[in-house]
Amino acid sequence: MSGNGEMVVNPEAKEARIGVFVCHCGSNIAGLLDCVQLTEYAAGLPGVVYTKNNLYTCSESGIGEIKKAIGEHQLTRVVVASCSPRTHMPLFKSACDEAGLNPYLFEMANIRDQCSWVHMQQGEDAMVKARDLIRMAVAKASLLAPQKDIESSLVRKALVIGGGVTGLSAACTLADMGVEVVLAEREARLGGLLNRINRLAPGGEKASDVVEKLVSRVKGTPRIQTLLGAEVLSVGGVIGNYHVTLRNGEGKEIEETVGCILVATGAVPLKPEGMYGYDGKTVVTQIELEEMLRDGSFNARKVVMIQCAGSRVPEREYCSRICCLTAVKNALYIKEQNPEARVHILYRDIQMYGTENERMLWESRGKGVRYDVYDVNCPPVVKGNTVEVCQPLTGDVLEIPFDLLVLSTPLVARDDAAALANLMRIPVDQNRFFLEAHAKLRPLDFATDGIFLCGTARYPATVGEAQAQGFGAASRAATVLFKDKLISSALISRVTEHCDGCALCVDVCPYFAIKLEEYERDGRKVKRIVSDEILCKGCGVCAATCPKGGVEVNGFTLDQLKAQVDAALEAV
Amino acid sequence: MDVGRHPKIRLLAYSEVEKVDGELGEFRVTIRKKARYVDENKCTGCGACAEKCPTPVRDEYNLGLAESKAIYRYFAQGIPSTYTIHAQYCRNFQPGKKCGVCSKICQAGAIDYKQQDQILEVEVGAVILATGYETFDARRIPEYGYGRLPNVITALELERFLSAGGPTHGHVYRPSDLALMAALPDLEKARQRARKGLEKFEKTFDRTSEEFFPLYESGELAGEDYDQWAEQVRAARKADGEFEGLRERVDKIETAHRLVFIQCVGSRDIRFNRYCSGFCCMHAIKEAIIAKEHDRQAEVFILGMDIRAVGKGFEEYRNRGGRESGIQYIRSRVAEVTEDADHNLTVWYEDTKERRVKQLAADLVVLSTACQPAASSKRMAELLNIEVNDFGFFKTPGYPPMDTTRPGIYVCGCAHSPMDIPESVAQASSAAARAAQVLSGSESACLAS
Repeated sequence: MSGNGEMVVNPEAKEARIGVFVCHCGSNIAGLLDCVQLTEYAAGLPGVVYTKNNLYTCSESGIGEIKKAIGEHQLTRVVVASCSPRTHMPLFKSACDEAGLNPYLFEMANIRDQCSWVHMQQGEDAMVKARDLIRMAVAKASLLAPQKDIESSLVRKALVIGGGVTGLSAACTLADMGVEVVLAEREARLGGLLNRINRLAPGGEKASDVVEKLVSRVKGTPRIQTLLGAEVLSVGGVIGNYHVTLRNGEGKEIEETVGCILVATGAVPLKPEGMYGYDGKTVVTQIELEEMLRDGSFNARKVVMIQCAGSRVPEREYCSRICCLTAVKNALYIKEQNPEARVHILYRDIQMYGTENERMLWESRGKGVRYDVYDVNCPPVVKGNTVEVCQPLTGDVLEIPFDLLVLSTPLVARDDAAALANLMRIPVDQNRFFLEAHAKLRPLDFATDGIFLCGTARYPATVGEAQAQGFGAASRAATVLFKDKLISSALISRVTEHCDGCALCVDVCPYFAIKLEEYERDGRKVKRIVSDEILCKGCGVCAATCPKGGVEVNGFTLDQLKAQVDAALEAV
Repeated sequence: MDVGRHPKIRLLAYSEVEKVDGELGEFRVTIRKKARYVDENKCTGCGACAEKCPTPVRDEYNLGLAESKAIYRYFAQGIPSTYTIHAQYCRNFQPGKKCGVCSKICQAGAIDYKQQDQILEVEVGAVILATGYETFDARRIPEYGYGRLPNVITALELERFLSAGGPTHGHVYRPSDLALMAALPDLEKARQRARKGLEKFEKTFDRTSEEFFPLYESGELAGEDYDQWAEQVRAARKADGEFEGLRERVDKIETAHRLVFIQCVGSRDIRFNRYCSGFCCMHAIKEAIIAKEHDRQAEVFILGMDIRAVGKGFEEYRNRGGRESGIQYIRSRVAEVTEDADHNLTVWYEDTKERRVKQLAADLVVLSTACQPAASSKRMAELLNIEVNDFGFFKTPGYPPMDTTRPGIYVCGCAHSPMDIPESVAQASSAAARAAQVLSGSESACLAS
């Protein structure tokens, strides 16, 4: 609570003319609660000048009733006691708006989900609670203040960071839709990891052909501005207007303002220093094998592959998704080149998920590729040109000679991922891959609006998956970029005159929306916070942290909440 | 919800595509909007109709584990929330029968028994297929006993058991025990009927059955009426015994504590689908973890060839399942499931690591059934003039991976191939991007291989 006792009461509160609409929702509410009685009860509450009970407030006739009553009874507040604001608030708010009442003067009491549904066995108590909920909503409604939606401009331009298959696909897609694209690639050459890969599974396309096609397409698209050898130096601003400073290959600094940013920075194969006698010659990684197959220098006859080399271990717990299918694919190309060559794959679980991958596994078995399971507690041991593997049942040791040992190492996050994350204030997970907004439902979004994620920067992926994600992230960005302006809710934080710049709220804000500023008042330097109206999501953590009422959230001000709590306690 | 409210999305639920003419940029699609016999614009989804509907129907959403009505909504959160009359079951649609209860009860006046299918023509620039998948019919592997052994269920059925809003309110009971519980009220009624029969005699002869029966047995009372009474006493005692016997068994019923999951049921199997269904390992692990959360005594075993935990955070989740929920992962191939007289199960399997045949007792066996192309996908492919691949999923020959064999038609999700939720969501966005690309007038010929 405010320590100074000077909470400003909304001047309109005294004249508030409140209309309350109690909804039967068929049997959903009226099956348990006496809606007629609740309506009568609401009529007796302070400020209430009109009440109505509707069969369905959300139906066309119900909405019509609200609009009619606003006009006929000069309502200045509308309260609907019905279902969840999550589903129906927008509808009721727009009804208010259409009738000329500021939509922020609307309040809802959830007497269905939070009352009749959850207290199905307790009719009497549920009635008491429904009255409480309505009384609380009315008390709060009388203190509501009109607000205006926040509108902001946007730039129809996107920055794609990373010029691998993912970033190239994303850039092309956006450009095709009509978006200006800045494509920033750290290396001197586009194509990313694909530049080291031989052929793609399962179709057998040459990786170089795929890269060439994509690159020539990007180069032939005037809407895409490509920066090679580029580095992102700083990122400021918000969705619609991100201000980015980049350095290009010549060391020149470039300023860009973009509406959205796509992170497609990729990942790198782990270099297994000190593992299984890795030397880059007779003990190599899968990506090095790809290069040998690609340039024709591969000529081994006895090949052993060890899966999960550096992954699915305590220090790197995750499964890198694509190493099994890379191993099987390469085994098939070895067999194609020399059917007599012996290929032996030592694995823990062979991760050939899906249709085509599993088909490759069958095919490779048919061509004589050998598979043996090893136990993580008894991993293979390399002795000279022999690999020794424990046989779990007999305890015997299987000795497999090789002239090329291939380690299937995981893709790991780039060393500079954390720095970029820091720059953009986006999170990474425990493996330092970028962390999406929601693991299931928002795989390509960041929690920060206007920044999107795709490809192996998110998690290891096949070329097809990475490309699909590049398209997908472009699609997500397009949903923002094709708006004429950005409109967001006014239910956000607002700094009051009580703020003394103590900055307690700055650190707790999960959206980095609050900054401290210094200004002059009466010749003295004073501090206070400023809250960015686009970044702020109205979560209220700042208001809950502030010890002096220096920051509030519109629609959830302390006096509004206090009125609600007082109303709740009235009955006690 | 977002789709239902979006001003630019016209949602045609309960509809089927009948014809697709034209080409990229100008498809003409004929859609049959099937009659619901309920006016979508009037129905408010209150559910009063279903509450009063006198015709029970197997609840498909709860996989037959509960009952719905002839006027129904597939599941509570469905969009739109409109109810639908199942003409196949509704009395009003049966020759010579009448009902009309829902029409009387509906306060919105939404019931329209005369509603007809509507044929709609829409013009679109691109088509996205997101028609999903079906699960493998586990009856095709008779040795696992699905459909024959009551306590062998599928992973989707377990999903309904584990749901707080499901037919067992989140308690995992064995179907054989549920059947016992369901039989109890019938036996109770039978017992009461038999008791009533006794009362008639007791009144007539002004004597309790307990007094009468010893006298009858000792021969003190004889005659045709007494014979009938005695017969009734025997019947009542039998009904009592049956009821008490069952009640005793029902009282002892506990939820299933030992769960055994069998992976790759119909997938990675040369007889059915050679491919891997991708998501079933994680599904089993998730269900196992939830089962353990519901029941601390639960012991869960997952029997499979490889545990494929290839997505982001999946391996960590699998390890957590082992560490914190005590899931035991057994590398194996299951041969057969058998049951004893009380429907307790035994799973016979080969431990492929130790190369030995072993057995495992189970209260409940859960089959992770394969993800298969929808039965209608062949017809859909013909309709759209696109190809399906060797597995029956819509064919996507190259890059970008959402492109089917016909320009302007894209596919995403499990209609493409088995995949998990995040991948499906990402692919849906990418298919939308492909459509937006072509509709913006600059088809990226170069991206298609």
